[in-house]
Amino acid sequence: MDFGLSEEQEMLQRSARDFLARECPSTFVRALYTEPDGFSRELHRKMAEQGWTGLLVPEAHGGLGLSMLDMALLLEEMGRAVVPGPFIFSSVLVTLALMHGGSSAQKKTWLPRLASGEAIGTFAFLEDTDRIDAAGMTLKAKKTRDGYLVSGTKLFVPFAAVADVLLTAVRTSGRGEEGISLLLIDRATPGLSIKSLDIFDQTRRVYEVEFSNVVVTKSALLGTEGEGWKIMARLLDAAAVALAADSLGGAQKSLEMAVDYTKVRTQFNRPIASFQALKHLAADMASDIEPARALVWYAAHAFDALPRDASRAASLAKARLSEVYSRTTNRAVQMHGGIGFTWEHDMHFWFKRAKWNEFAFGDVAFHRERIAQLEGF
Amino acid sequence: MDLTYSKEDETFRKEVRAWLKKNLPKKDKAISDLMPHDPERVKRSKDWQHKLFDAGYVAMNWPKEYGGQDADVMRQTIVNEELTLARAPGLVGASGLTMLGPTLIQCGTEEQKRRYLPKVLTADEIWCQGYSEPGSGSDLASLTTRAELVGDEFVVNGQKVWTSNAQFSDWMFCLVRTDPDAPKHRGISYILIDMRTPGITVRPLVQMTGDAGFNEVFFDNARVPRANLVGELHQGWMVANATLFHERNMLGSTTRTQLMMQNLIRLARSHQRYGKPAAEDPLMRQKLSDLLTRVEAMKYHSYRQLTDVMHGRSPGIGAMVNKLVGTELNHDICALALEIMNSYAPLKKGAVRVIDNGTWAYEFMFTLGLVIGGGTSQIQKNIISERGLGMPKSG
Ligand SMILES: Cc1cc2nc3c(=O)[nH]c(=O)nc-3n(C[C@H](O)[C@H](O)[C@H](O)COP(=O)(O)OP(=O)(O)OC[C@H]3O[C@@H](n4cnc5c(N)ncnc54)[C@H](O)[C@@H]3O)c2cc1C
Repeated sequence: MDFGLSEEQEMLQRSARDFLARECPSTFVRALYTEPDGFSRELHRKMAEQGWTGLLVPEAHGGLGLSMLDMALLLEEMGRAVVPGPFIFSSVLVTLALMHGGSSAQKKTWLPRLASGEAIGTFAFLEDTDRIDAAGMTLKAKKTRDGYLVSGTKLFVPFAAVADVLLTAVRTSGRGEEGISLLLIDRATPGLSIKSLDIFDQTRRVYEVEFSNVVVTKSALLGTEGEGWKIMARLLDAAAVALAADSLGGAQKSLEMAVDYTKVRTQFNRPIASFQALKHLAADMASDIEPARALVWYAAHAFDALPRDASRAASLAKARLSEVYSRTTNRAVQMHGGIGFTWEHDMHFWFKRAKWNEFAFGDVAFHRERIAQLEGF
Repeated sequence: MDLTYSKEDETFRKEVRAWLKKNLPKKDKAISDLMPHDPERVKRSKDWQHKLFDAGYVAMNWPKEYGGQDADVMRQTIVNEELTLARAPGLVGASGLTMLGPTLIQCGTEEQKRRYLPKVLTADEIWCQGYSEPGSGSDLASLTTRAELVGDEFVVNGQKVWTSNAQFSDWMFCLVRTDPDAPKHRGISYILIDMRTPGITVRPLVQMTGDAGFNEVFFDNARVPRANLVGELHQGWMVANATLFHERNMLGSTTRTQLMMQNLIRLARSHQRYGKPAAEDPLMRQKLSDLLTRVEAMKYHSYRQLTDVMHGRSPGIGAMVNKLVGTELNHDICALALEIMNSYAPLKKGAVRVIDNGTWAYEFMFTLGLVIGGGTSQIQKNIISERGLGMPKSG
């Protein structure tokens, strides 16, 4: 029995923390907040140099070939630093989709470029119904002689403006889980247009993507036609783990910021940290976070090593962390008093990120219901 | 117990309703959506309050000689209920109406009442609250903004912070230290400061919502006539507490909460989640009903307090819980709205695909601000337990 991290993993986490403290301090996050795309190619390149964009990519394709647990540890650090950008969508989701379903040609074309940071991918799956189940995938791809004709709209597509390729869930036939296919669509394809959807968390940009008679060749199909849901289900698990890890890091950082602040802020001639009301708040936050960390580690481990429990574990982690992150940032803002409510103070970056993470890829209710189903309640 | 309204009150309610139907600017975003930095919008909001006043519906319970009507509180309550039902926007002069006004009526001189109150009613003069300072928030009584009495003027030096709406306010009711040698509660005075006084600088501060809703206010030898002192010199803490009591009741007021709850139910009925309106989802039904229960409790709780006021009874601990319960309830209502909207939740006002023009995400943040402003939840709990339940102060 060893429910712990290896030395390499601890080192990965430490070096990620140092790197991000240097390359993505909150001043940098703040600067990107007002950039049109909310993204720094420079930072992405530097992360690629660290091997992060290729962390999951097999060595044969230019990556490090590491595990989901390694990725979760890295994402925890990235959540801690509220790193803006498409990393999760590109280096976790699109990357995994290629690894699990890509043809050797597709792997060869995309994996090395994703790993090197040269190309960026994103995942287009939500529609106006905002459903993440199979019934929500209705974007029509009509079969043509050489491929498909895609028409319709995807919503809330992360960082579509800077992505080179959109992994797009389409319906080629049928309903429900049958008939869903995944297409790798070049963003520059004629007929594809994007519109920015302005949201409060400026570290996570989302877009409406309109496909009007977009011609896609057969070679864009990822996996077998009509059987895309199997890959997608796996991606949704990965997304749940990834966001849970990001949330864990963000929650931990929020707690630390709040505790640090209470030690230096004095009211009534003493540090406010000495008030039991705040000590208990902090203790509640820690009591939320510590067991939640174990859930994230377990879910990441299960994703790689325990396929039969992977979905349940992913839902446990996502359901819990969604709630814990939001609650923690709420408390952390309160512990800061008025300053925590300002734009000038950094606290709101985490506060807003927590809400984004809470709803993306299944909210608390969605994952609790999934747990109940998987448990057979 | 009798929950029916008198015949006169019912007739009055009908009048108010008819008046609002005719006069409430329907689609005027400018007033439902106050932008402190936009003078044109501020002006339109003032015009609306003025019109409401002209119709006789503002602070009707205030004394006649200062522009009120000596009406019983019931009348104003009816107006407020109808304003809520009609989804009328909050009044731009709210801080004057709910904080300064009642304080002046209680503690001001005759001259002060005659000078200031009428313009509070008409929104011709907007007031801001200058209490908090960088070093004095929860520990308000430690404030250090200095006012030295020189001749018949106070010379004010120091800084206030988090001052809501100061950028378009005409006046500030302000706490200053007049006796630095006295124990902290006994050296404070309550003065009224004309915001156009030379030596005052207002610097807007942006809130997490992105709006500059509050400000820093700097005083550099700003001269304020001694006549602007409210209450006795060095006795401002008592006056301040009168205002704080009114502020807590305003912030804890659930009239707006009822409106938010109605809007939430409307959202749940209209917004589809997984193929059916959110309101048909058993889990959502539980959550909505839970919130509605809390809102209804606060509604009847306010009727009970209203009854106490009408009979001249002290509201006691019942009123002490208003701010804590009311502000947290508002925030929880917004949180459920976001849950219903999911991916649509964080969309901002004006965004493509936005629902209810982004109000919920904005209010989700703003209501958390009000959990902090006017005395944090932790401070409210101290007040309830110490003053309300008689538990000893911790060391
Ligand atoms: C939206 C908004 C609008 C505002 N508008 C105005 C305004 O118009 N005019 C004005 O004067 N002020 C205004 N304020 C300021 C507000 O009153 C203060 O922010 C509030 O009283 C808290 O003070 P602080 O910010 O200094 O926080 P602090 O007092 O430093 O509090 C920090 C943390 O310490 C806790 N704490 C402090 N003392 C204790 C204690 N004894 N026991 C337990 N916990 C404690 C607090 O609960 C909080 O969690 C506004 C604030 C906000 C957020």
